[in-house]
Amino acid sequence: MSKWEETKRQITESQVWQSIFRHGYDDTPGNRVQMVSGNVWLHLHPSKVRRHAIRMRFTWCMGGITFLMFLVTVVTGVYLMFYYRPTAEYAYADMKYLEFDMPFGMFMRNMHRWAAHGMVIAVWLHMFRVFLTGSYKPPREFNWVVGVILLVLTMLLSFTGYLLPWDQLSIWAVTVGSNMARATPLLGYEGPFADWTGANPIYDARAFLFGGGEIGPHTLLRFYILHCIFIPLVASLFMAVHFWRIRRDGFSGPPV
Amino acid sequence: MSRELFWLAITLVVTVITNFIPGGRVLILPELFVALMILLYWAAKPGAELDKPVAVQATGPGDDKVHTWPHLVRSEFLCAIFITLGLILWSLVVDAPLEEPANPTRTPNPSKAPWYFLGLQEMLVFFDPWHAGVVLPTFIIVGLMAIPYIDINPAGNGYYAYESRKYEILTFFLGFHILWVSLIIIGTFLRGPGWNWFWPWEVWDSHKIEALTNVNLHYIFGIRSEAGAIIFGAVVVLGYFVVGTAAMYWAIVRMKGQEFMHRWGMPRFVLTSFLFLNLMSVVIKMVLRHAGNIMYVWQTPWINF
Ligand code: HEM
Repeated sequence: MSKWEETKRQITESQVWQSIFRHGYDDTPGNRVQMVSGNVWLHLHPSKVRRHAIRMRFTWCMGGITFLMFLVTVVTGVYLMFYYRPTAEYAYADMKYLEFDMPFGMFMRNMHRWAAHGMVIAVWLHMFRVFLTGSYKPPREFNWVVGVILLVLTMLLSFTGYLLPWDQLSIWAVTVGSNMARATPLLGYEGPFADWTGANPIYDARAFLFGGGEIGPHTLLRFYILHCIFIPLVASLFMAVHFWRIRRDGFSGPPV
Repeated sequence: MSRELFWLAITLVVTVITNFIPGGRVLILPELFVALMILLYWAAKPGAELDKPVAVQATGPGDDKVHTWPHLVRSEFLCAIFITLGLILWSLVVDAPLEEPANPTRTPNPSKAPWYFLGLQEMLVFFDPWHAGVVLPTFIIVGLMAIPYIDINPAGNGYYAYESRKYEILTFFLGFHILWVSLIIIGTFLRGPGWNWFWPWEVWDSHKIEALTNVNLHYIFGIRSEAGAIIFGAVVVLGYFVVGTAAMYWAIVRMKGQEFMHRWGMPRFVLTSFLFLNLMSVVIKMVLRHAGNIMYVWQTPWINF
């Protein structure tokens, strides 16, 4: 046995090594299964899948890409959070600061934004693919419903983030996008039957969303917390349910 | 081996490119990420000997399964590498927009919602805000969620089947591609100041005035009184839903047979036709408006439809 083999054996047979890695890396059926079932991340997969299900033509990879985009926004988002203060005095200045003074600042911001847009597009295409392959049919009806919730959450994530740069683009886009809330029947002050319920500009559905009668610093803080904490948390919970269901039901496919 | 070399070459190319972009010289983080992905991809490369029996097996009936590692995991990593590379390159070249600081007293014209909501903003041309902004999105979400429960066709579960799912696919196509995606494209590229229509080669003239010649439907029919308009609109809208539902009933029985209708059941039918008629009402109102300058079908002092 060469010196190299000997050292390798010593390392892989040490207690430390074996406490971390529970199986060898030889390409055997047993190890292949363990690769997946023994790994907390990979075991979201079943250890075997049907052949058709791994074809690009079948999944378009879009669910996975949606998830990848989500992960990219999480990583880059944490970086941005180190430098961003959600108050009207600082928010815009911090954007400039990110751009001109922070290493990777602009790059991280770009990546965050484009990944967010990518996520919206990918989730639509994913839904379209699931529709085309009829994969919502029994037993996956409820996972489709979970998917629709994720679809809405994805757009809300993107929408709440839109406000944070606190520039003209962001406040007006969010104003236009939120104006519909004030037209909600019964609950919005410009909606039908507002007189009857007493909804008024500072006490209606839009004021609840904005944290006040007009878009302002209170809105910024509110959207920041929704964007960085609340919606990601809720979306993660629903993704966990989504993935768990896929794992249980297996990928859809033609009858064997 | 050559495959791994190919990937290595790609990383090298990216490294070189990023090093020539100003400020790109410190971009080691994303490259590390891509390198890690490539490593994992390489680790998950399929071993030739093990896969042969599986391939042979797959031709027979019964089990057509392959190991997730390496087959699926490899495609996932591959896909992740490509997408991440694309995203990195895109982020190096295109900067996220940042305009002047927020100024609540200066409304830009046009003010556009984020692009993914522009289909709904376009709906404001045809419907009042409570309808375009609240009712329609609610119906979209509810309608999407209802799909698995109203579609009882067992065919095409888990594979592409166009022939046996013609109507389902056409309806989805109408809703998704025509009403959602194409309206976003219109809202993004063809709507300018005052939400007026501008072709890409036209200049955005914020003083452009479009004659508002819109009239309400009851007006065309010679009805002038408020009470008359309320009754007229109610008859038209309710009539649309009643006649539409009856027509759908007739069409479905004709196409799929009485037996299918029985199996499908009333709740499914009513929900489907209600949602479908609402979908069509969007199309009808767009046509009425664009072709006949008709604003409201039903005008009342409280709500307009
Ligand atoms: C944040 C959003 C979402 C994420 C991260 C996500 C992720 C995934 C992933 C990774 C898969 C595995 C198969 C594939 O990649 O195609 C999947 C399958 C599935 N998704 Fe999603 N998804 C999301 C949203 C949605 C939406 C909007 C719908 C539908 C309205 C949906 C319905 C389904 C269904 C029914 C399956 C099972 C497909 C099958 O078995 O063939 N998901 N999802």
